[in-house]
Amino acid sequence: MRIYATFVYLFLYIPIGVIALFSFNAGRHASQFQGFSVQWYGKALANPFVMDALQTSLVVAFVSALCASVFGTMAAVALQGIRGPVRAAFDLLIYVAVMVPGIVIGIATLIGLVTIFGQLNPILAALWPGAAPPQLAMGYGSLIAAHTLFTMALVIIIIRARLAGMDRALTEASSDLYATPMGTFRQVTLPLIFPAILAGFLLSFTFSFDDFIIAFFVAGSETTLPIYVFSSIRRGVTPEINAIGTMVLAASLILLVTAQVLLRTGRRRG
Amino acid sequence: MSEAAYAPPSAEPAAHPIAEFRGVSKRFGEVLAADDLNLSIRTGEFLSFLGPSGCGKTTALRMLAGFESPTSGEVFLDGEVVNDLAPYRRPVNMVFQHYALFPHLTVAQNIGYGLRQRRPKPPRDEIARKVRAALEIVRLEGFENRRIWEMSGGQQQRVALARAIVNEPKLLLLDEPMAALDRKLRKEMQIELQNIQRRLGITFILVTHDQEEALSMSDRICIMRDGRIVQTGTPRELYDQPRNRYVAGFVGTSNFFDGVVERADAYRARVTLGCGIALEGRVLAPVAAGQAVSVSVRPEQIRLARTATGGETGWEVTILNRIFLGEHTEYLVKHDGLGEFMVLTPRQAELSDGPFNAGERLTASWEATSALVLDNDQAPQAN
Ligand SMILES: Nc1ncnc2c1ncn2[C@@H]1O[C@H](COP(=O)(O)OP(=O)(O)OP(=O)(O)O)[C@@H](O)[C@H]1O
Ligand SMILES: [Mg+2]
Repeated sequence: MRIYATFVYLFLYIPIGVIALFSFNAGRHASQFQGFSVQWYGKALANPFVMDALQTSLVVAFVSALCASVFGTMAAVALQGIRGPVRAAFDLLIYVAVMVPGIVIGIATLIGLVTIFGQLNPILAALWPGAAPPQLAMGYGSLIAAHTLFTMALVIIIIRARLAGMDRALTEASSDLYATPMGTFRQVTLPLIFPAILAGFLLSFTFSFDDFIIAFFVAGSETTLPIYVFSSIRRGVTPEINAIGTMVLAASLILLVTAQVLLRTGRRRG
Repeated sequence: MSEAAYAPPSAEPAAHPIAEFRGVSKRFGEVLAADDLNLSIRTGEFLSFLGPSGCGKTTALRMLAGFESPTSGEVFLDGEVVNDLAPYRRPVNMVFQHYALFPHLTVAQNIGYGLRQRRPKPPRDEIARKVRAALEIVRLEGFENRRIWEMSGGQQQRVALARAIVNEPKLLLLDEPMAALDRKLRKEMQIELQNIQRRLGITFILVTHDQEEALSMSDRICIMRDGRIVQTGTPRELYDQPRNRYVAGFVGTSNFFDGVVERADAYRARVTLGCGIALEGRVLAPVAAGQAVSVSVRPEQIRLARTATGGETGWEVTILNRIFLGEHTEYLVKHDGLGEFMVLTPRQAELSDGPFNAGERLTASWEATSALVLDNDQAPQAN
């Protein structure tokens, strides 16, 4: 059993290890290690295309994670007050949203948005008073929307779990002590679920930052970091790509660990 | 905190009750958690709801706090119907069973929570002053900046109490506040709670299933069963004049001999037991011939003697077990017809007649006036 587990882990992590190792390669081959160097990190960070893609990725990840946290929290809190079949239906839909493969979400979002834009753009052009009417197109907006949709479901699940673990007597006590429902939310519920919200934000950020499949369909003319990596791999794997991959991996790991820590402290305090 | 003068509980009904249930029922699906409650709560009294688990005590309390609204009937607070008034609009505070202290706030912030919700908001130093006064009342001076999880169970309980009384509510509701405390601490808190209630003059309503707690603390006790109020009265009234067998069994301990009324008048009845023995007893509520009743005899009203005393009927018993309780000794005895029953003998009586040993044959006797003939209301019990 233990041997099997060891093999599985080796199989999973050796490629990642190799990428990280070769990112420190002094030579320019992806298959021969020719001494230690951090030159490729410098090259990657100096590459304007990389920096551009990084910026796009960061903006999309930040905004979509923010939207997902805010809307997800609102949805989770609202769902807490609902009972019966409506709640069951919502719960089911949320789990389905997490289970649906990214490629389906990508294609569905693409088709949906293209159809809507196709309908709206002529109307917008007709109504626009100026000479150059704005064109709705794929880009930042569609990226953020698609990522928000997917990660919101994650946030809802995390916060629902936190709310369920929270003693109902706490909100009752607040209400008993003259706090209005809004006051109770602000002074009791929000502080207690805040670690979960933050964890949800970090997970959403990580997901959006790492996502290639959905972004590939809905990014339009924008290039996120994963899309950049994908397109440059077609020209061959260089240590520069390895360096980028290693940096993304490190950042993601840090965020994920932070999210886990937050979720744990939240549970302990509650 | 207004240091109200010592306000002794008044035995007389106050001019206007602080709270009242009028024909209140509450249904949760199939369960009738409160069934036609009628109760008037007097200003300044210490009232307990006593009953077994699931009998609807918490539900009654929650309807006063505003967490549940009655299915039918009316709840009055201070002379007004409050059936659907939100909890945060009621001049009522509650101490929760597991305290429900806010884990993200300090002790002082917890206690000041209710004050901070007031509009206009009281000035900071006023809140701080009141919080300090409340901490003093529950004897937790200097704990202001502690975190909740740094406090022991007993201390948390005091904080919960302080958080409620700092608001000077008209009515303080306590849902089994001592259930989580160990025996010694519970005794201490009981005395303290009683002192605080007397000192502040706030009306207290306590929910408990601990009869000793209810008996020692309350001005009045409301005995509940299956969502209904069986009897309300002072501890002494309930002990001396229970309405039926259920109340007698719940308030103190008693021996019950089940039988059927043979004949009865307004004051006494003769009851034939299953074994054929007939017992005489006092009647509190009218009973009719043929009615199923229990004859209740308190253990302390039974005397044990080596030789039969003249005048009373004596029962030949064998001692099965003896428990020495210090001031008293509790004997479990068995009579061939009556079955097993308890006898509580004071130390004084034993000094003259000596302690009795297991297996000894003795005579047990009691006066007919100390036996009560009670309606044997054995409706299906909640547990
Ligand atoms: N929110 C609810 N939904 C459904 N049933 C409920 C609800 N609250 C109480 N009940 C039911 O109503 C009955 C009375 O419950 P309640 O909590 O008032 O009992 P209690 O006397 O306080 O018992 P305990 O001593 O165990 O706390 C029980 O049968 C309980 O199952
Ligand atoms: Mg209860």
